[in-house]
Amino acid sequence: MEAEAAKYIGAGIACIALAGAGLGIGNIFGNYLAGALRNPAAAQGQFPNLLLGFALAEATGLFGLVVAMMLLFVV
Amino acid sequence: MAAAESGTGFPVDPMHQYEIVRMLPIELFGFDASFTNASMWMVAAVTAISVFMIFSVSSRALVPGRWQSLAELSYEFVANMLRQNTGNEGQPFFPFIFSLFMFILFANMFGLLPYSFTVTSHIIVTFAMALFVIAGITLLGLFKHGLGWFRLFVPSGVPIVLLPLITVIEMISYLTRPLSLSVRLFANMLAGHTMLKVFAGFAIMLGAIGGWAPFAFMVAFTGLEVLVAFLQAYVFAILTCIYLNDALHVHH
Repeated sequence: MEAEAAKYIGAGIACIALAGAGLGIGNIFGNYLAGALRNPAAAQGQFPNLLLGFALAEATGLFGLVVAMMLLFVV
Repeated sequence: MAAAESGTGFPVDPMHQYEIVRMLPIELFGFDASFTNASMWMVAAVTAISVFMIFSVSSRALVPGRWQSLAELSYEFVANMLRQNTGNEGQPFFPFIFSLFMFILFANMFGLLPYSFTVTSHIIVTFAMALFVIAGITLLGLFKHGLGWFRLFVPSGVPIVLLPLITVIEMISYLTRPLSLSVRLFANMLAGHTMLKVFAGFAIMLGAIGGWAPFAFMVAFTGLEVLVAFLQAYVFAILTCIYLNDALHVHH
C-alpha cells in the first residue's frame, strides 16, 4: 500500500473516536434527564455539572479528530 | 476564505482562516517576534475586556444599570465557581481565574465574527496557558505543603498490593493535565470553525436550489458554536479551580 493511501485510511479510522463521544454525551444527558424527572427540585443545582460532563465527553472525541488532523497535515 | 473557484476544487479553503499573517515584522535577538494577526486579536480581547469592566462599573450605582449588571453577573459567576470548588483558601486567586476566564471567553467569541481570527484555535496559545496554570499550581502546592504535597499521588484506602500501580497511574494522569487542558480547548475551537467553513462550501456548491439545507444547518450550528465558546471558557476555568483545590487541600 502507498503511504499516502494509508494516511487517509488512518485519518478515517481515527474518526471512530467520535462514536465514543456520542455514547458519552448521550449517556450524560439521558442520565441527567432520568434524574431530573425523579427529583425536579434538585435538577437545577446539577446543571453546571451537566455542562462540565458534556464538555469533557465531547473533548474526548475531539482528541480523535486531532489525531486525524495530525495524520493529514503533519505526518 | 480565499475562493479558489478555478477547476473542480472545493470553493472554500477551510484551513485558510488559521493562517498567521505578519502585520509588523519585528526581529528580536534572532527570534521572530513579529506583531501578527494573532497578536492583534489578543490585544483586541484584552482591550475589550478592560473597556467593558472599567466603563461598566465606573458609575458604581447602588441599583445597577444594564452594563453594570452584566459586569456584576460575570464577577459573581466566577466568584461562585471559585468558592464552590476551592472554599475560602482559593479567594486570593480570584483575579487570576477571572482574567483567565474572561480572556478565553472573549477570544472564543471574537473568533465567531466573520473574517476574524480565533486565537484559541492555535495549540501553542492554549498550551502556553495550560502549562502556566499547571506549573504555577504545582509550585504553589510544593511551597504550601512541602514534600507532603506528594501524598496527592498516593490515595488512601487502596490495598497495599495495588498501591505502586495506582501511584504510577496518578502520576501519569497528573503529567497529562496540561496536554488534555490545552488540547480540549484547541480541538473544540478548531473542529467547530472548520465544520462551519466546510458547510459554507457545501452551501456554495449546491447553489440556490439545494444550498438552503446546509445554510440552515449552519445557522443552527453557529448558535451551538456560541454555546461551545462559552462552555470551553467555563470548562478551562473550572478545571483550573479543581486543580487549584488539589494543590490547596492535599488529602486524598
